[in-house]
Amino acid sequence: MASRPRTLYEKIWDAHVVDRRPDGTCIVYIDRHLVHEVTSPQAFDGLRVAGRKVRRPDLTLAVPDHNLPTTPRLAADGTPIPIADPQSAQQLAALERNTAEFGIEYIDANAPEQGIVHVVGPEQGFSLPGTTIVCGDSHTAAHGGIGALAFGIGTSEVEHVLATQTLLLKPSKSMEVRVESELGPGITPKDLILHIIGVIGTAGGTGHVIEYRGPVFERMSIEGRLTVCNMSIEGGARAGLIAPDDKVFDWLEGRPFAPNGSEWDRAVDWWRSLATDPGAQFDKSVVIDANDVEPTVTWGTSPEDVAAIGASVPFPDSFADPAKRTAAANSLDYMGLEPGTPLAEIAVENIFIGSCTNSRIEDLRAASEVLRGRKKAANVRWAIAVPGSGLVKRQAEAEGLDRIFIEAGFEWREPGCSACLAMNPDKVPAGERCASTSNRNFVGRQGPGARTHLMSPAMAAAAAVTGRLTDVRELLR
Amino acid sequence: MQPVDTIEGRAIPFGAANVDTDVIIPAHWLKTVTRDGLGKGAFETVRAKPGNVFDDPEFAGASILITGDNFGCGSSREHAAWALTDLGIKAVIAPSFSDIFSGNAFKNGILTVELPQEAIDRLLEVAQTDPIAIDLGAQSVTTQFQDRFHFDIDPFRKACLLDGTDEIGLTLASGDAIEKYENNRAGALPWLDTNRERAA
Ligand code: SF4
Repeated sequence: MASRPRTLYEKIWDAHVVDRRPDGTCIVYIDRHLVHEVTSPQAFDGLRVAGRKVRRPDLTLAVPDHNLPTTPRLAADGTPIPIADPQSAQQLAALERNTAEFGIEYIDANAPEQGIVHVVGPEQGFSLPGTTIVCGDSHTAAHGGIGALAFGIGTSEVEHVLATQTLLLKPSKSMEVRVESELGPGITPKDLILHIIGVIGTAGGTGHVIEYRGPVFERMSIEGRLTVCNMSIEGGARAGLIAPDDKVFDWLEGRPFAPNGSEWDRAVDWWRSLATDPGAQFDKSVVIDANDVEPTVTWGTSPEDVAAIGASVPFPDSFADPAKRTAAANSLDYMGLEPGTPLAEIAVENIFIGSCTNSRIEDLRAASEVLRGRKKAANVRWAIAVPGSGLVKRQAEAEGLDRIFIEAGFEWREPGCSACLAMNPDKVPAGERCASTSNRNFVGRQGPGARTHLMSPAMAAAAAVTGRLTDVRELLR
Repeated sequence: MQPVDTIEGRAIPFGAANVDTDVIIPAHWLKTVTRDGLGKGAFETVRAKPGNVFDDPEFAGASILITGDNFGCGSSREHAAWALTDLGIKAVIAPSFSDIFSGNAFKNGILTVELPQEAIDRLLEVAQTDPIAIDLGAQSVTTQFQDRFHFDIDPFRKACLLDGTDEIGLTLASGDAIEKYENNRAGALPWLDTNRERAA
């Protein structure tokens, strides 16, 4: 039967509908459920109260990341160092207890595989193309980089998935973000996604699932694709994805949870069939010219507050929308910035290279390439590099990247969410600025009063060297 | 979930607009491991000010909260709904709610009632001294002074709230369909189950 041309999103959605209710709500099957310590304890409690089991513990994987300090976790004698914050310790202990009780595979804080849940999923081959993936964290969208339909859920939904391996959902609209042409030298996937968010705005993808299309993404590494999809949520979309191709298959083959043997070939055949059909319709389409993308940073407290590094802090009056004018004025007040100041003159005291957006091996390589043989500027008080997982950390150490960071004056940390959000000891002090490779520049995100500038790992490294926001291309020449 | 039908009594006349989830429950309360006890942290910054409505003995035990536009904007934390429940709130009346918040509220049996600003203004006035009543079945908010405001609600949500339907229970009732799906999936896409063997 010749069927209507469908998008990648529609194909994955259709393959997961268990049942459709008269009002259009569907019971959608969930292939992979990732669990961390912050949004799960109440869900497990709910199961206990109702006397329910986890339907598919084998499709569930748990790892601690948000609360875990990134300072050394083992004492010299190999015993775990207790966590100082009693509430964090309690939440982490609850995850360990709950996963044991319900028979869920748990990656221990001291296992080499531990890391940020969105780095661990793809790295372990637990996240696969064409699957539905959920996690109680909005940056689950990241897994779309390998061609999965992945999105964040609330705690009641975590409980729903644990109990039923399904969710009640209505289909989203589809949106195409097509990037034409090629990225210039020194321009990274992070610059591109910041630029895209600047173009579509933080509500641009609301109610939609974004498919990123065009030659730029075909050429992009898997790490880069994960970075782009990670920030779909900052563009308002619950999920973002990129068609899986040979690059993805090569990257996944041999990973612990990935299919093997003859199943691998069957899987690849199916994955290949998922790409959007020619002629498939998107509800919304945006075209971006890659030539317009410069090294990009944020100046305000919303991820859409982006500008090319060569630009200046905008004047609030320059925005046509009155609400945006007020928001910009408030942002600049919080950020302690004067309109008209060249971005490249903004001094930073803190550098954070990490988070589920930019803590993979390629990110650490890009940053260390800038840092090699250089030192952080005198005004940079605190610079940390936080690998996304223990395996990334080992790989980086095998390549000698840790030495480059340390010699440049960085602290080389254990894997975790770290300074991406102020839930663990890594915080930016009030009133200080941070060049950060994370994904949110909200008020107080990195600590009460902290001022965040989002950028790529290479740009953050450049800021470390000069002590101010800097066009990394000047250092790479 | 407890069925919701009529909710009557005193209402807290809060009235503020754009109340975000950080105001409802500040981030540092997210380190809890239970749904209970968050009432202590609810509206923490508002309650730091003496004379606030939340600590006014006049409104002690109130089960309704009346607020301004765009209530519950900000993060998706479900802790905001849990904090309200722990505070004893069963319904929130506002001109509009953030989508994520109203979803979270619904999943926790909190009724969100949308009414135009004029109605809100009137209810804020009545609530200063007298009780108000919400009837979900009739989709109305009334006062003892003959005020009667009709509100709209998604029929599925209304039915679930009236019955006290537990969404998980509802889905589990489709257990056969889920099992059938799983069996098909095991045949068509067997690699998706491979880690079952791996774990065994
Ligand atoms: S690194 Fe940040 S955005 Fe990513 S999972 Fe952790 S807290 Fe969330």
